[in-house]
Amino acid sequence: MTAQLPPGLQLEKVDERIMTLNVGPQHPGSGHMRLIVQVDGDYIVACDPDPGYVHRGEEKMAEYRNYITNIPHLERPVIHDSCNILYPYCLAVEEILGLEVPERAKYVRVIASELNRCVYTMYWLAIYGIFLGHSTMFMWPAGDRELLIDLLEKITGARVTHAYFVPGGIRNDLPANFEDVCLRQVNYFEKRIKEYADIFYDNPILISRTENTGILSRQDAIRLGTTGSVLRASGVDFDIRKKEPYDVYENLDFQTNVLQSGDSYARSKIPWLDMLESCRIIRDALKKMPKSGAVRVKLKPNPKGGDVEVYRRVESGRGALGMHVISKSKPEPYRVKISVGSFRNLICMPYLLRGEKLGNMPAVYWSLNYWPVEADR
Amino acid sequence: MSSSDTTETNTKKKRTRKPRTTKSKTKKPEETTPAPAEITTPETSTLVPSEPEPAPAPVEEIVPETEEKVETEDVAPQVELPKFEKSLADKVTQKFGSKAEVAYIKQNRIRINVKKEDIKDVASYIRDELNFDHAESVSGVDYPDENKIEAVYHLGSYTDPELSKQILALATSAPREENPNPGRDSTRLPSLRDVFYSVEFHERECFEMLGVYFDDHPDNRRLLLPEDWADIPPLRKDFDIKGR
Amino acid sequence: MLKELVTPHGVNAFVGKLGDILVKAIDEPLGYAINWSRLWSLWPVHIETACCSVEFGAASGPRYDVERFGIIEAFGSLRQCDLVVVQGTITRKMAPRLRLVYDQMPEPKYVIAMGACAITGGLYFDSYNVLPGIDGVIPVDVYVPGCPPRPETLIQGCMLLQEKIKRMKAR
Repeated sequence: MTAQLPPGLQLEKVDERIMTLNVGPQHPGSGHMRLIVQVDGDYIVACDPDPGYVHRGEEKMAEYRNYITNIPHLERPVIHDSCNILYPYCLAVEEILGLEVPERAKYVRVIASELNRCVYTMYWLAIYGIFLGHSTMFMWPAGDRELLIDLLEKITGARVTHAYFVPGGIRNDLPANFEDVCLRQVNYFEKRIKEYADIFYDNPILISRTENTGILSRQDAIRLGTTGSVLRASGVDFDIRKKEPYDVYENLDFQTNVLQSGDSYARSKIPWLDMLESCRIIRDALKKMPKSGAVRVKLKPNPKGGDVEVYRRVESGRGALGMHVISKSKPEPYRVKISVGSFRNLICMPYLLRGEKLGNMPAVYWSLNYWPVEADR
Repeated sequence: MSSSDTTETNTKKKRTRKPRTTKSKTKKPEETTPAPAEITTPETSTLVPSEPEPAPAPVEEIVPETEEKVETEDVAPQVELPKFEKSLADKVTQKFGSKAEVAYIKQNRIRINVKKEDIKDVASYIRDELNFDHAESVSGVDYPDENKIEAVYHLGSYTDPELSKQILALATSAPREENPNPGRDSTRLPSLRDVFYSVEFHERECFEMLGVYFDDHPDNRRLLLPEDWADIPPLRKDFDIKGR
Repeated sequence: MLKELVTPHGVNAFVGKLGDILVKAIDEPLGYAINWSRLWSLWPVHIETACCSVEFGAASGPRYDVERFGIIEAFGSLRQCDLVVVQGTITRKMAPRLRLVYDQMPEPKYVIAMGACAITGGLYFDSYNVLPGIDGVIPVDVYVPGCPPRPETLIQGCMLLQEKIKRMKAR
């Protein structure tokens, strides 16, 4: 019939099955990055992540500042996990300069970095909740995380950008009577986050939205070099705190959490389980910490390293965080390479989103525990 | 550090900055970068501060452990190389002989330098025989004095519990061009993407940041920099940032 | 004068003149009313540009709760928004997008530059990919200093903006 229509009325058939969507950078479900998603109907057929909207050239800037003045800007990629991103840097610089950290400082570092991990995870959980349309899950973590921010503020004096770790120890000692306050807060915090199971993790709506979406098999997780909660949700027991213990983690009593299913639900559950472990670590560290002693090695004004190359890594809130620092007998590092968990997890995004429904995109994307600012550096 | 402290160091740095380029060029011969052929001990001795640094008296006893192409005087101050790490490095050197140079061996860290023609073979061997299964990072380093750009692959292992502590740095270098034209000049390296899938984004980053084109890489597009970036790759040493 | 205009031919001109007179008569009180209604329901657009979004999120959280002051939580659709809170560093890749977002928003629109990076480039003054402040991209109403600003500071900035809107000529 259509063939008999006059020429002006004939419509040409265009293959419009595949449509390209730009998700981000101004999109409530994308954060600071763009995902170029190709959809066939409601199903994603291809996804191309386009990061770099917060690329600030940290690595270049680090080559122009000395080891101490590098601290403030190196923590900016993850300001709410700043202790953990400074940790590998401090470990690397200590190795370069040959510093021995006092015992008390090591414990305080562990406490601060575990508190910070909880602060980070709570923020992530709040965002994850709100992007799944679960407003209570935004309000509860955002409120409870202020408790720990208060603790960190007591120690470091700043809400988020602590700049607390310095090569050779920590900037200042714990305030008086900190142990009791910390213990009380952490116990309360633990009690609170256990309630999240009722409202969030056992919630049938959340389970039906996240279970069996974005499955990453164990083999793929290893091949793609994912890290942190993504890796552990896929059944690989790898936590740098256990496998390559830095500072005093080997003395502390904790376990790593591994889930086998590898879907969004498992990925979102691992950080929460990690927070419970963090509470254990903090309590244990408070018990085993020497009650007094030096917390910092005095440094010369412009410390110089030898001709060395160091790669140190720690377990941050988002997975392994490595710093590759090359020193060339100058006060400034020759090269600082920050290898972050977010950037390493970015690579599995096309594989996870392929074949998913578009509506599942935020559930999968945020379950990667991804912080775009850190990935871009 | 207090703010006064940082400003002081800033001004100091400015003063020392001026002769930076010229000085490093003149100083070049003595400070050959991560000393290639030998297992450098001065490095490791500074790195492990707890170990005492004895006078280099007992030279000859420890020599047999590290016989090949190692100057005996250098090995002396060190107590001994970590055994497990050394066995890993030995496996690579046995297989590839002089193609693979062990740059350093220290606690949990090994670095192997290879030529860019051999890197695929060595990487496949490391993956298949030594069980390193993923790359943690690929850091490109620019050495204008030696006229090369290095790509250091930090490899780790998830599957082998013995290797979970280890990071094997596999380094290779590409020739450096004075006037870079990324993608079209001779600054090229074979991509390791077929060996380690995890290097895909790292290599893309390395390409845009240092202008190293990776042959056989599925997409050598831009990743982090703006689409209209027309300057030289920013992590090269001759790219000066403003105000410095 | 107006009477002469009441003809079939001059009706358009009549309506126009009448409008002018009406506007002149009630401009000020009406403008105040319009501004008053705007200032207690500022809708920030959901554009995160850098790490200050952490503190912006904290400000929306229960402890600081900017909704008390009439700033509603960040919202997805920019067609319904009238406030851009530039949350930190603007890189060269982000700047065109920020301008695009700003251009697509309906008038009136207000801009808060949050954090040192959005004001002058801050810590990243010598970075190759960071703009030295967003003044060159979009006009800014209120600057909120800090790196990052505490939520209280952001709230104070928002209240300053409301004060400013109150005194503005209604657009």
